[in-house]
Amino acid sequence: MNDILILIHGNPIAQTIRENELLFPWVESLHVLAVTLVLGSIALVDLRLIGVRGLNRPISNISKELLPITWMAFLVAAVTGAILFTSNAVSYSQNWYFISKIALLGLAGINMMCFQFIIGKNIDSWNHYQQLPLPARISGAVSLTLWIGIIFCGRLIGFTLEPVFIAIS
Amino acid sequence: MAQFGILAFCNTLEHTALNEAIQNYFWIVPTLQTIHILAIATLMIAALMINLRVLGLHGQCEPIGTVINRYSHLIWYALPVLLISGSIMIVGEPARSLTNSAFQQKMLMLIVVIAITVGLQKKWRYNTSYQYADITTRFLAMISLALWVGIVAAGRWIAYA
Repeated sequence: MNDILILIHGNPIAQTIRENELLFPWVESLHVLAVTLVLGSIALVDLRLIGVRGLNRPISNISKELLPITWMAFLVAAVTGAILFTSNAVSYSQNWYFISKIALLGLAGINMMCFQFIIGKNIDSWNHYQQLPLPARISGAVSLTLWIGIIFCGRLIGFTLEPVFIAIS
Repeated sequence: MAQFGILAFCNTLEHTALNEAIQNYFWIVPTLQTIHILAIATLMIAALMINLRVLGLHGQCEPIGTVINRYSHLIWYALPVLLISGSIMIVGEPARSLTNSAFQQKMLMLIVVIAITVGLQKKWRYNTSYQYADITTRFLAMISLALWVGIVAAGRWIAYA
């Protein structure tokens, strides 16, 4: 595992970011922007699922309007996140909050798959519902909680990152 | 002279109980930052949906006024949360925050974008026709989006400036 991380650490993109003082903050800013759009769009869908907001609109309208934004923003967040990771792979991989963030992302993904393919398979049949069935509401609540946790862990990485010195022979 | 005013103000803030609490409890700043980010997310999605509709890029099946009415309150609820969480963070590090050029640029952009937002919403809030937005409105929508992105970037740059 260590060898893979050292390899990632040594790749050209990582070296460029480490050497250019401006590049990391700009990539990070783009990452933050993308993350806020992921969170904002998902939160609105989740709040509809839970039944707190937008009860006068069918869930399928809301998700069709917002989820494309979620996906596009997530793509940008994932790419910028990968670039940030490579710049300091060894340090990040040993940071508890980074590991937690990735774990929470995994859980959020699983939750989304569950909703997409199991719970919310017939989402169009819910168009006349105000309050949705309990599994859908729980899925929304789980999603929102996980994403807020992801944001919090992401923030804490910066406060807890410890430099790791690599001796490459 | 203004410089002395700001530094004197910062000095006052540095001697408050809130400042001391922030220095002593390490979890306050990350928690405030998280709240700040959640409020930004709320605001950004609302601003994005409204401006995309004005630009005719998303949601054209509904009138501009409908989209504004659906999302505008998110902006106006988020701004006080941002003001309060931001102010508390400033009290934690008054001089470093207030004299920071990224912070100052962020505030300048914020004033401009709020003015644009108020103007646009006033004009289009009651327009439930399917009228296309005129070129001035579209231009202001683009500027508005650019300013919000700039504000987010400037916010991150505070840590580096």
